[in-house]
Amino acid sequence: MAPILQVKNLSHIYSIGTPFEHRALDEVSFSVEPGEFIGVIGHTGSGKSTLMQHLNGLLKPTSGQIYLDGKDIWSDKKLTRQARFRVGLVFQYPEYQLFEESVYKDIAFGPKNMGLSADEIDRRVREAADFVGVTEEQLEASPFDLSGGQKRRVAIAGVIAMEPEVLILDEPTAGLDPAGREDILRNIDRYRKEKNATIMMVSHSMNDVARLTQRLMVMSNAKLVMDGTPQEVFNHALELLEMGLDIPELTRIFLELKKLGLDVAPVYTMDQAVEALVKLRGGNSHA
Amino acid sequence: MLKDITLGQFFPGKSIIHRLDPRTKLVLLVVYIVALFMAVSWISYGVMFVFLTVSITLSRVRLKAFIKGLKPLVFILFFTAILNIFFTTGGTVLVSFWKITITSDGLIRAFFMLIRILMLVTGTFLLTYTTSPIALTDGLESLLSPLKKIRLPVHELSMMMCIALRFIPTLIEETDKIMSAQKARGVDFESGNLMHRVRALIPILVPLFISAFRRADELATAMECRCYHGGDGRTKMKLLRYKFLDIKAYGIGVILLAGVIVLRRFGL
Ligand SMILES: Nc1ncnc2c1ncn2[C@@H]1O[C@H](COP(=O)(O)OP(=O)(O)OP(=O)(O)O)[C@@H](O)[C@H]1O
Ligand SMILES: [Mg+2]
Repeated sequence: MAPILQVKNLSHIYSIGTPFEHRALDEVSFSVEPGEFIGVIGHTGSGKSTLMQHLNGLLKPTSGQIYLDGKDIWSDKKLTRQARFRVGLVFQYPEYQLFEESVYKDIAFGPKNMGLSADEIDRRVREAADFVGVTEEQLEASPFDLSGGQKRRVAIAGVIAMEPEVLILDEPTAGLDPAGREDILRNIDRYRKEKNATIMMVSHSMNDVARLTQRLMVMSNAKLVMDGTPQEVFNHALELLEMGLDIPELTRIFLELKKLGLDVAPVYTMDQAVEALVKLRGGNSHA
Repeated sequence: MLKDITLGQFFPGKSIIHRLDPRTKLVLLVVYIVALFMAVSWISYGVMFVFLTVSITLSRVRLKAFIKGLKPLVFILFFTAILNIFFTTGGTVLVSFWKITITSDGLIRAFFMLIRILMLVTGTFLLTYTTSPIALTDGLESLLSPLKKIRLPVHELSMMMCIALRFIPTLIEETDKIMSAQKARGVDFESGNLMHRVRALIPILVPLFISAFRRADELATAMECRCYHGGDGRTKMKLLRYKFLDIKAYGIGVILLAGVIVLRRFGL
């Protein structure tokens, strides 16, 4: 399959030419296939949000290119605007961008900007609301009367309603309770499966990314330092720890077991852990 | 980026100018401005220029910062110069065509006007670059405290100014963020007619106001929790105290002003 997104030697320098110059991205390259669920991890200030804002053309690269469906999104104004709609970006704490008088209108804001017909907008709003679990009554309420978690859902629905082929979420679960987190993550995965969309999710929760994603990208000091399956990435658990990143609890436990002299492979899911332990017992009984 | 605007920016440092009491710097700035308007000749401008240059050198703030701060003023400076050149009569006529005459007096006046504005703004920058906003409001409050007698709420005013200064960068950053978020939802600020563009501001302004009010609320609560109750009976951790350095600075200020006045007397 042809990659949907391709990033080539992307660098970004903030406030270029001033004393506050800051290199936030340094020669980042990767490509993304349709339907992938990618987790992006990295310490605070490593450039994750900066990278995400390049993918839909919000930030202009200092150097390097971004190809959407094989076309450079900065080569033509139309393509840049298209990228805004085809790549949906949900910001960190998106609930602060709500502004309309009703939840319905707020979710409809994106589709309206796309110039869709009233019927199509209505369909998308209801579908998006359903996706994130916003009820029929809530659609008519003012977004400012909702709780923090409900606002977050509405904000995510506002982007989903644009039906982007690539959905990027910057820490969508930050500051939510476990049940709310679980719910939002499940909805995101459902969106991916039903629309065959690509998801890129920035997260600080290693347990979440380990469980959900098929691919992990690790950012450190403006560079993309690792890119592979969760297994491949968590095999480098020690390096992740050195970068000041967390690792899934199970991986951490098994790392300790290994230190104690037990012969176990690095794991990151419960199934793998059980398998490894059974194998360990089996090995012992043979001895 | 909006963030790059220099707005009363403070460059921390330990130079002599940084160490001066904020009240000294405020008073000296006023003295400097008065002297600047008293100056009438090349010699007195020269004296003022030397004073400014020495102060800037002592502050160790890079010249680049001043140049950057002056950039937004280029248009005003240019405009002032043009007005003075075209609308001053007297002196020998240098150029004359159609209805426009340029005289030697006009050129000299434009030049002095330009220098005066430049030196005025640069001097003010020197104050804001070397004094933290907190020290500045502290100094202002202390200088204005006699006005409490006529029931002017000096403390409250300076507290308001302090908070406003503190939140300018925060609000700018927030505006940046909200703008990006709404752009991601397809708002287009760059095209369309005026009406269209004004309407495009609503999705920015509403969240911005809501968050500003939320911040104000939170700040008020936090201040109340720390038992803030206005200026009465409030003591300070960092008391403003004049040092010998300040006395010397005041001395220099007096000499500068006296010097320029004397020069003016002699028509210089
Ligand atoms: N608008 C801006 N102007 C100047 N520098 C910026 C701007 N935005 C971010 N930076 C800097 O760029 C670097 C990368 O920021 P970025 O927001 O991409 O980090 P991040 O990986 O998303 O961090 P976090 O996990 O805290 O969200 C940081 O050092 C930050 O200070
Ligand atoms: Mg971020």
